[in-house]
Amino acid sequence: MAKVHVPFDLRHLAEGAAVLELRGSCYRSLMAVLRDRYPALEAALVRDKAFVLDGEILDSPLLEAVAPDSEIHFLPRLGGG
Amino acid sequence: MKVHVQTEVNGEAVEFLCDPTTTLLEVLRDNLGLRGSKEGCGTGDCGACSVELDGALACSCLILAAETQGRSVATIEGVATPEALHPLQSHLLKSAGLQCGVCTPGIVVAAKHLLEQDPNPTEEAVRYFLAGNLCRCTGYDKIIRAVLDAAAEMRGEAA
Amino acid sequence: MSEAMDFKVIGTRPIRPDGVDKVTGRASFGADFSLPGMLEGAVLRSPHAHARIKSIKTDAALAAPGVKAVVTGADFPQVAAGAIEGGEGGGDFADLAGNVIARGKVRYHGHAVAAVAAQSRAQALAALALIEVEYEPLPAVLSLDAALAESAPLIDEGLMTSGLPEPATAPSNLASVIEMGNGDLEAGFAEAALIIERRYQTPTVHQGYIEPHACVGRWGQDDQAMLWCCTQGAFDVRSMTAKVLGQPVGSLKVIPSEIGGGFGGKTTVYLEPLALQLSKKSGRPVRMVMTREEVFRATGPASAATIDLRMGFSQDGKITAAEATMAYEAGAFPGSPVGPGTMCVFAPYRIANFRIKGMDVLVNKPKAAAYRAPGAPQALFATESAMDEAAEKLGIDPIELRLRNAVEEGDSAIYGPKFGPIGLRACLEAAAAHPHYTKAKDAGVGRGVAVGFWFNVGLQSSAEVHINEDGTVTVIEGNPDIGGSRASMALMAAETLGVPYESVRVVVADTETAGFSNVTGGSRVTFATGMAVVEASKDIIAQCCSRAASLWSTDEDMVEWRDGAVHPRPGVNVEATPLSLKDLAGQAGRMGGPLLGKASLNARGAGPGFSVNLCDALVDQETGQVQVKAFTAIQDAGKAIHPSYVEGQLQGGAVQGIGWALNEEYVYSPEGVMENAGFLDYRIPVASDLPMIDTQIIEVPNPGHPYGVRGVGETPIVAPLAAVANAVSASAGVRMTELPLSPPRVLEALDQA
Repeated sequence: MAKVHVPFDLRHLAEGAAVLELRGSCYRSLMAVLRDRYPALEAALVRDKAFVLDGEILDSPLLEAVAPDSEIHFLPRLGGG
Repeated sequence: MKVHVQTEVNGEAVEFLCDPTTTLLEVLRDNLGLRGSKEGCGTGDCGACSVELDGALACSCLILAAETQGRSVATIEGVATPEALHPLQSHLLKSAGLQCGVCTPGIVVAAKHLLEQDPNPTEEAVRYFLAGNLCRCTGYDKIIRAVLDAAAEMRGEAA
Repeated sequence: MSEAMDFKVIGTRPIRPDGVDKVTGRASFGADFSLPGMLEGAVLRSPHAHARIKSIKTDAALAAPGVKAVVTGADFPQVAAGAIEGGEGGGDFADLAGNVIARGKVRYHGHAVAAVAAQSRAQALAALALIEVEYEPLPAVLSLDAALAESAPLIDEGLMTSGLPEPATAPSNLASVIEMGNGDLEAGFAEAALIIERRYQTPTVHQGYIEPHACVGRWGQDDQAMLWCCTQGAFDVRSMTAKVLGQPVGSLKVIPSEIGGGFGGKTTVYLEPLALQLSKKSGRPVRMVMTREEVFRATGPASAATIDLRMGFSQDGKITAAEATMAYEAGAFPGSPVGPGTMCVFAPYRIANFRIKGMDVLVNKPKAAAYRAPGAPQALFATESAMDEAAEKLGIDPIELRLRNAVEEGDSAIYGPKFGPIGLRACLEAAAAHPHYTKAKDAGVGRGVAVGFWFNVGLQSSAEVHINEDGTVTVIEGNPDIGGSRASMALMAAETLGVPYESVRVVVADTETAGFSNVTGGSRVTFATGMAVVEASKDIIAQCCSRAASLWSTDEDMVEWRDGAVHPRPGVNVEATPLSLKDLAGQAGRMGGPLLGKASLNARGAGPGFSVNLCDALVDQETGQVQVKAFTAIQDAGKAIHPSYVEGQLQGGAVQGIGWALNEEYVYSPEGVMENAGFLDYRIPVASDLPMIDTQIIEVPNPGHPYGVRGVGETPIVAPLAAVANAVSASAGVRMTELPLSPPRVLEALDQA
């Protein structure tokens, strides 16, 4: 089960959970599980946050595989000067 | 009513028609195609348009083109010879004394003027002399070193 | 990558490929381009900070001598909301379009209202005066407090705060709220032997690039358009301009000129859609160049910020809890960098109990643009000032205090993920041992220490490597060279291919020639585009090995690339003379065609950058003037490809940060008019203000890059604000918490002390 850390300011969309253990072998299946369970959270994550897999910010997560022990974070999107 | 102006730019006779309000910088860039002098501010604060007028260092954005009648203008385009860069240009490259490079023409013209007045300036003298040439990229360190190295080379010392 | 790589050209300091063009004045920047029949454009800007536009009459302007076209907001399509992709973060197309030209309302003094194209600039300026705009002035909101006050005038009547636990029920000037937290805050503070609690403030500042925005646009009757402009990202200009004009991306070709500085400020569009719309109406190419005053009034700036900070420390200097409430000014449209600010504010430290709240707040000022490590300098000014005060009060050396809390590889960042190899500890140790730190201070001088941090980003890059028939190399990429990146690309191509640096030329191409690349920004070019160049070079090597193997009638795994040539593998029984790149290039036509390598990628593995700055400053007790006597910038670069240009980033960032700390600020009238919109009054540092800026490059290789590179461009501006403020506070004997530390402010503090 991959560990999905719910951003602090979105925890109210996941019944207060800080971490969700989700089954999924890739980004898309993981997000599908999330969409079923917490649709508002999934929408907010896709709209506002960057996907971080095992410490690495991934700008193109759509084809990404997720390992059973992966840690997933969502961060505010980053830019740069 | 246009003004007819005959002057000399980088040793060559040139003539042009301009409005009385047109600046030397505009004429250099738009009439004469000499676009090495840059407009960073138009108010004489940044030095990117530095030229020499009768041997005096000046911001070409503050000089009216009509004022150059019968005088002599030197711009960045006249600094290098066909064979070689000026030592200031070589040392700016060697020291990485430019990042974006937009202030560089003005720095070269101003520093060249300084070294013609004072072949052996102190670091402080270079800093005060170039205080009218803004650079936002380098923090000036490598520019100052390049000018000091060029001065040493021009004095015949190993730089 | 291996720890001990043996480099041949990487790490040397050759002359940049575009160097001679730039020291002789030959390089073409934004305003240096012209087309036959070209018109000159000019922009009418709002004289009010906040007003409703009741009507615009353009007839008289259109009839004026030489005028060929006039455009207003009515000439542009309504653009639907939608996130701007490409490394800018937080941007929205509708806001972008609304900032390019006002519709219905002006939101800041200087907001574009109309534009004119005429045969000469003088005619265009004269025509601007003939445009009649009827305004209904509205009260201007010029500070965070005013913007957040009950019944504050609304800048955007439809703006509902996002990020709240419950959806907002009424519009406000608060665009979004972001929160992070962990642990038990109050338990952490209860444990503390010392609590530092203060408000820190930083002003609105400008990126201050020396080259004003400029472009030339040409629209054809076939709806194909061309733009020449100075930008950090031609592809981003293309997508933004196409969106603002409602045109397909493929109909627009963007040619990036040389760029005279950007620092984040040239990652968006201002003039470009106006020039093209004027060209469409007039049927002529149109050039538009901003004055310096327009640059100040309508571009940039970086967000002013107010940060309320509370940090608890144990007696031995461990951080027990930390809390930050951070409000950043977005300007007239949402999108300040408060998000990254919240992630940066405590990023250098291990903190179990923390709570961070960020607020993106609209004010009637220009729409904030990215500025070098957007959001981080403000954030770490607060934290590093508090760390300094804590060190002083606890009697712990300031570097030692930071070492006791510093994050290391394997630690979870406060924003979540675990750090890979990072150089914070190495930078701190280097600082402690540095002669600047170990030598005695001169009388009256204060010494400041501060840490800097920036994430660095990857994003999308492409590169092609062409091998010419004599074995020389052409690299084609799409990232404008803002500080010597052509040299870095050439070094990485030369290293990979095993050819001399001098045989590689690097071309920054237009959007129809280069593969897609995101902006030159986010400290990503040497990292991500460099990675694309290395991969494209490896593509060449693979093709060379394949061709040589065929020639030698052996398998590809029987050959290898070494020292710029294909060799049979040691022990492989093939009678063959090694084939160099030159040999294979000369025969390319007879072996399947030209050697062309390519790569496109979305770069992963950007490594965070940490820095430590040391500053010695002397306060003149009579005048309040501050002199920076010595400054040292120490930073982890992963691997310095061209060390001189890495040092240049450290030095340039340090001096921009010194300017932010000491002089720079937007000064507003009560009506919201910037009163210092010129370089005489908005004072960026000049050569005589400064000492030499000493640098030390630390190299903790980034495993995410083939040569260990981590971005270096942005981190350098983060630490100087607090390093200077800490030095000034020490010299003045009073804690300075509001920037800039200009003479009047320092004097006032001295008087009150």
